[in-house]
Amino acid sequence: MMTAALIGILLLTLAAGAVAMSLRNLIHSVLLLIVCWLGIATFYLWAGAEFLAFSQLLVYVGAVSMVVLFAILLTRRSRIDVAVAPDSASRALWALVAGFAVLGVLAYGMLNAKLPVSTSPVPSVSVRDLGAQLAGTHSAALLVIGLILTVALLGGVVIAASGRADIMEEKGK
Amino acid sequence: MISNIHSPDPLLERAPQLILDAVTGSLHEPWRWLANGVISIVMILAVFGGLFAALTLAERKILGRVQNRPGPNRTGPFGLLQPIADGIKTMTKEDIVPRDADQLLHLLAPVTLLASAFMAFAVIPFGRHLVALDLDSSVLYFFAVGATTELAIFMAGWASHNKYSLLAAMRALAQLISYELPLLMSWLPVVMLSGTLSATGIVAAQAGWKHGWMPSWHIFTPWGFAGFVVFMVAALAESNRSPFDLPEAESELIAGHLTEYSGCKYVLFFMAEYFGMTALSGMAVTLFLGGWHAPLPALEFIPSYAWFGMKLVALLLGFIWIRATFPRMRIDQLTRFSWKFLVPLALINVGTAAFWFLSAGWSGPMQAVRWALAAILVVLPFVLMGRRLSAGLAPRTYRYAT
Repeated sequence: MMTAALIGILLLTLAAGAVAMSLRNLIHSVLLLIVCWLGIATFYLWAGAEFLAFSQLLVYVGAVSMVVLFAILLTRRSRIDVAVAPDSASRALWALVAGFAVLGVLAYGMLNAKLPVSTSPVPSVSVRDLGAQLAGTHSAALLVIGLILTVALLGGVVIAASGRADIMEEKGK
Repeated sequence: MISNIHSPDPLLERAPQLILDAVTGSLHEPWRWLANGVISIVMILAVFGGLFAALTLAERKILGRVQNRPGPNRTGPFGLLQPIADGIKTMTKEDIVPRDADQLLHLLAPVTLLASAFMAFAVIPFGRHLVALDLDSSVLYFFAVGATTELAIFMAGWASHNKYSLLAAMRALAQLISYELPLLMSWLPVVMLSGTLSATGIVAAQAGWKHGWMPSWHIFTPWGFAGFVVFMVAALAESNRSPFDLPEAESELIAGHLTEYSGCKYVLFFMAEYFGMTALSGMAVTLFLGGWHAPLPALEFIPSYAWFGMKLVALLLGFIWIRATFPRMRIDQLTRFSWKFLVPLALINVGTAAFWFLSAGWSGPMQAVRWALAAILVVLPFVLMGRRLSAGLAPRTYRYAT
C-alpha cells in the first residue's frame, strides 16, 4: 500500500517535471513545475516529515512560484515570445555540455554516497524537537542562511532600483 | 492553571462522537477510518455551506439596515429564502468563457481556490472532541494550504486573456503578498508562548481561569491583544474584504480578475472568499479567543462547539460591520499600511511576547510592572508610528463642501 502510494507520487512528480520541460507555453511550464513541487511535498508527507512538507508548500508553492511567475510576466513581451530553436550550433553544444556536466556531478554524488541504513525503528521527531534543534544546536547555521538570503534580497532590490534610475534618466533627456 | 476537567463530559458534549460511533462503530478498521473521514468532510461541507448561505443573507440584510433600507425582503418570510433564489439564479446562468482564454486554467482557477479554502477547515478544533485532522504542526498546515490562493488568482487573471484581468490579478497578488507577512508574524507569539504548533495544543494552553473569573485566553494579554488586531486586519486583506476589497472592487473595477467569469464559476470564487473568511475567523478564535473554551466557569454547561460557533459568528458579523463602516483604500495606501505599519508592529509584538515569556516568574507587585511594561511595548510603537504615518494627512479640510 505504502509502496504503491510512493510509486504514484514519484510518477506524478516526474511526469509533471518532464511535461514542464517539453511545453512551449512558459506559464504552463511554471504551473507544472508547481505541481512537481507539490509532488515533492507529498513525498515528504509520505515519509512522515510533516513540518518539512508544509514548509515546502509554504515556501515553494506560496512564494517561489510567485517570484518565477512575476519574472516571466515582467520579462516577456508577448505570450508567444519563446525560443523554439537554438540560436546557433555552438550555443546548443555548450548547453548540452553544461547540462550533462550537472547531471554527471549529481549522478556521481548519488551513486557514491554511502547512505547509512539503520535497522532500528526510526525515532519520531516532533515539531518541538525540531524547533529546539533549529534554535539551539543549529542556530548559527540558521542565522547565516538568513543573512545570506537578506543580502541576496537587498542585491535584487539594488539591481532593480538602478535599472529604474536609467529609465528615469532616459525619460529626463 | 487548568481548573475544570470534566470526567465524564456531559451528554451534549459527547453527542457528536456518540452519533459517529453509532454510525461507523460496526465497521472494521481501514473502512471505519475511511467512513469517519468521509463523514467529517461531509459535515464540514454541510455546516459551512449552510453558514455561507446564512452569511450572504445576513450580510445583505445588515448592509441594508446600515444604509437605511430594508435589504432583501421579498423571497419567503423576511427574505429568508433569498440564498436559495440566488443559488438557482447563478447555477442556471450561462457560463461564458472567452474564445481566446486558456480553457483548462480558466476552469481550474476557481476549483483550486475553493479546494484550498475548504482544506483549511480540516485542522480547526471546533469542539472538545471535534477536530477532523489533529496534526502536530496544524497551524503551519493551515497557512501552507492558504498559500495556493495566490496561485489561483494568478491563474484566473492570466487564463482570462484580458489585460485588465491580468493587471487586476497582479494588483491582487501585490496585496496578498504584502499582507501575508503580518498575518504570519501575528501568530508567532502564540506559538512562542504556548510552545506548540498544534491547534489543539494552543487551545489547551488557553484553558482555565485566572483568579477564578478571567479566562486565560491569549487576547487578554498585551501581546495577544496586539497580535489579534494585526491578525484580523491582515485577515481582512487576505480574504479581500472591505476596506481592502480592491482586487474586485465591484463599483470601480468591474470585479478585477473576475471580469471574465460568469455564472457558476463566479459563484465558486464568491464561495471561496466567504470560506476563506470563515476559516481565518475560525483560526483567530483558535489562536486568540480561547478556541472552544467557555468564557466563565459557570457557563461551561453549554457545549464547547456552541461556544466556538458563537465566537465564530461574532467575528464574521464584525467583518460585515467593518464592510458597512469603512471606505475602500487605494492600492498605495494599502501596501504602505502593511509594510510601514503592520509589519513593524507585528515584529515588535514578537519582542513583547519574548519579554512576557522571560518575565513569567515575576510575582506580587512585579506582576503589575510586567503588565505595564508589556502594555507600553504595545501602545507606544502604535502611537508613535501612527502619528508619523498620518503626519500632514489629518485632519482633512473640506474646501468646497460646507
